[in-house]
Amino acid sequence: MMIYLLCLILFCIGLYGVLRKRNIVKIIVGLGIIEYSMNLFFVLLGYRTHGRSPIEARTENVLNMVDPLPQAVVLTSIVISLAVTALVISIAIRIYEYYGTFDITKIKRLKG
Amino acid sequence: MELYILLIFMIFGAIVAIEARDLLSSVIAVGAVGFALCLAFLVLKAPDLAITQLVVEILCLIILIRATINRDLPLAIEGRWFFNTVSTIVFVAVFLFFAYTALKELPAFGDPIMSVVKRYIEQGTTETGAVNLVSAVILDFRAYDTLGEATVLFASVIGIMAILRRKGRKKIEEKEDAS
Repeated sequence: MMIYLLCLILFCIGLYGVLRKRNIVKIIVGLGIIEYSMNLFFVLLGYRTHGRSPIEARTENVLNMVDPLPQAVVLTSIVISLAVTALVISIAIRIYEYYGTFDITKIKRLKG
Repeated sequence: MELYILLIFMIFGAIVAIEARDLLSSVIAVGAVGFALCLAFLVLKAPDLAITQLVVEILCLIILIRATINRDLPLAIEGRWFFNTVSTIVFVAVFLFFAYTALKELPAFGDPIMSVVKRYIEQGTTETGAVNLVSAVILDFRAYDTLGEATVLFASVIGIMAILRRKGRKKIEEKEDAS
């Protein structure tokens, strides 16, 4: 319970960064922190106390495995988060080239 | 116990990353959070995730440093500073309250439900031949998920190329013809 709450606090720090900061790079960093906390939350949900890695042994019958399904889902999510970060950063680089700033309140004029 | 230390370290790293004045130190702080997450995956018995997170974190760090290096940050605090901060904190507090209420319904930490995954654990090795159950799930039971992941990855690569490329060759040729 306590560890879920700590994970939620991490999420809220990322949310604060996304909502409050005016620099585009800070907003991207906040998005990254939200992604980290959600991945960690999924893996925490599948953890079993004194469990073992979900890998079968040849000689013995492993009974107390941790849940492999959240791990498989989070594996997909991590790779997609890399793609999202790369796309957002490329848009931010383009915005810096056009406007000369990362500040979102200065980006007002339309330019083709 | 290690998990609590790692999570508290991650929270401090996230605060530094959000509040640092310098963009480069902010990016490096978020890199520290990512490597702590990698260690947390190892503690949580997820070695595949730890390896993937390590590789992805290094790539993310390189991309972010490429975006921020040699760029200035004019720090401007003006306008409705008080209103913005108060409204953000109220929103986060409301979110935290409802999420805390929802957390009570979850199963306790260290005691997962494991109803879907029971069949995978019992028959995964005999049906797929994979010793590692995570790779059995992503490459056999849920292979369409992995196909969709690859589709998203290629779509994002196409998007990055469309955004970052210089002026197209055809346009330059047309201009030369016109002149």
